Amino acid sequence: MRVVNLPAKDDVIRELRVGEPVLLNGVMVTGRDAAHKWMVETFIKKTRAPKDEDLYVYENLKKLLNGGVIYHCGPVVRKDEQGQYTFVAAGPTTSIREEPYQADVMKHFNIKGVIGKGGMGAKTLQGCQETPGVYLHAIGGAASYIAQRVNKVLDVFKLEFGVPEAMWVIEVKDFPVVVTMDSHGGSQHALVDDASKKVLEDLLAQPY
Amino acid sequence: MRDLTNEIVEFIRRTSTDLPKDVEDRLRAAVEKEAPGSAARGALETILKNVELSRQNATPICQDTGTPIFYVRYPEGWSTRKLRQMIRDAMEIATKKSYMRPNAVDALYDKNTGNNLGGDDFPYIHFEEVDADQPLTIELMLKGGGCENVGAQYSLPDNRLGAGRDLAGVRKVVLDAVQKAQGQGCAPGILGVAIGGDRGSSYIKSKEILFGKIGERNADPEVAALEERLTNEANQLGIGPMGFGGQTTVIDTKITGLHRLPASYFVSVSYMCWAYRRRKMVVKGEEVLYD
Repeated sequence: MRVVNLPAKDDVIRELRVGEPVLLNGVMVTGRDAAHKWMVETFIKKTRAPKDEDLYVYENLKKLLNGGVIYHCGPVVRKDEQGQYTFVAAGPTTSIREEPYQADVMKHFNIKGVIGKGGMGAKTLQGCQETPGVYLHAIGGAASYIAQRVNKVLDVFKLEFGVPEAMWVIEVKDFPVVVTMDSHGGSQHALVDDASKKVLEDLLAQPY
Repeated sequence: MRDLTNEIVEFIRRTSTDLPKDVEDRLRAAVEKEAPGSAARGALETILKNVELSRQNATPICQDTGTPIFYVRYPEGWSTRKLRQMIRDAMEIATKKSYMRPNAVDALYDKNTGNNLGGDDFPYIHFEEVDADQPLTIELMLKGGGCENVGAQYSLPDNRLGAGRDLAGVRKVVLDAVQKAQGQGCAPGILGVAIGGDRGSSYIKSKEILFGKIGERNADPEVAALEERLTNEANQLGIGPMGFGGQTTVIDTKITGLHRLPASYFVSVSYMCWAYRRRKMVVKGEEVLYD
């Protein structure tokens, strides 16, 4: 199976095609609904002023996400007596909610991979072609299994969003995903959606 | 009245970390239907490994530990006020122990409470009184947000789908809901369908019916036939595990009916993800039994 080390170079990303299983190694950052809204409003559209430690977080994110991966995940996290965090359960959340933001965030930070579940739409697919980047599908609900591939929690930002919505910086080893949207305009989700729509039309036309 | 807080913590742990056998059996059967080496088969194999691992390590099956939905049948004379407090205390402890993710977010102020308690409605608790000689039973379902978001409610007739106010129309809207959900509700899913009621009671009923075992059919043979037909036809859509494309999109369909107003004909579809977490505990005197 192909292994991709993070951060990843453009030529590696361009080699990835829809349907290919991949193992990821290196550092990634989690971010979901609150994080995407906050990144776009504060640093991309600048409709709200940065506050508290926002600029410090931004400087860190620029380094971590350049050539890196963002993971749509709201983990279950345990904190031990020494204050060290570990991921207990960490599967993907539904990605389509980030559709309004994702392409802009990818381009702004030069993000090479977006991990989530359920796939994303036309705007993100376009973003994958321009950046270039890929959408990587993790197995929804396989939270204990995936948490075992998270070796270490390195840092956490925006914990005020709550544990599920915070941006966790994690080091992963052999993190399993499948490419379902590539940098050449291919999308497994668009194919399945179209095919199932045709079957639905046939089924609806059948007598009861 | 005895304090059951610790027993309810254990009950929550079991529900969050140990997938019921009837669900696991169906997932195992589904693996064999997918082509070797396909993404769909790989997804189901990972799902089954995850089920074993979470059971073994007592860690949540899914990090989205969902909306906790409790149905409590209490013998006459028990205090629902005290039972509610025990459930809420247990939920807070279970969250500290990482069996549950802090999942209650104040919608007006965007603030996660951090302990899975929020207002009177989180967790959701339904009480029903039974005779004094009956045992106390508590059922719990954990329903994740991904599958909750793809639930749908239709008001019939639906002109777009050509769905009228009968079982033929119900069939059409349920298939439409499954097609629209794609893989986003963590397919393969289980469908709870309620026909009738008002918008509120209809949705609640469509979840309540999901407490039943997989394969349990409606007593009416015509409705039972529609349940089986819908599972079969949903699978013809080819959406497959995780929406990767494949043979198994829906594992089971359950339909129930309510009384409706002459003016209304709602069909509510609750989609349950493959991580179909629901369990029961029974308290008979000193004995506490978990299913």
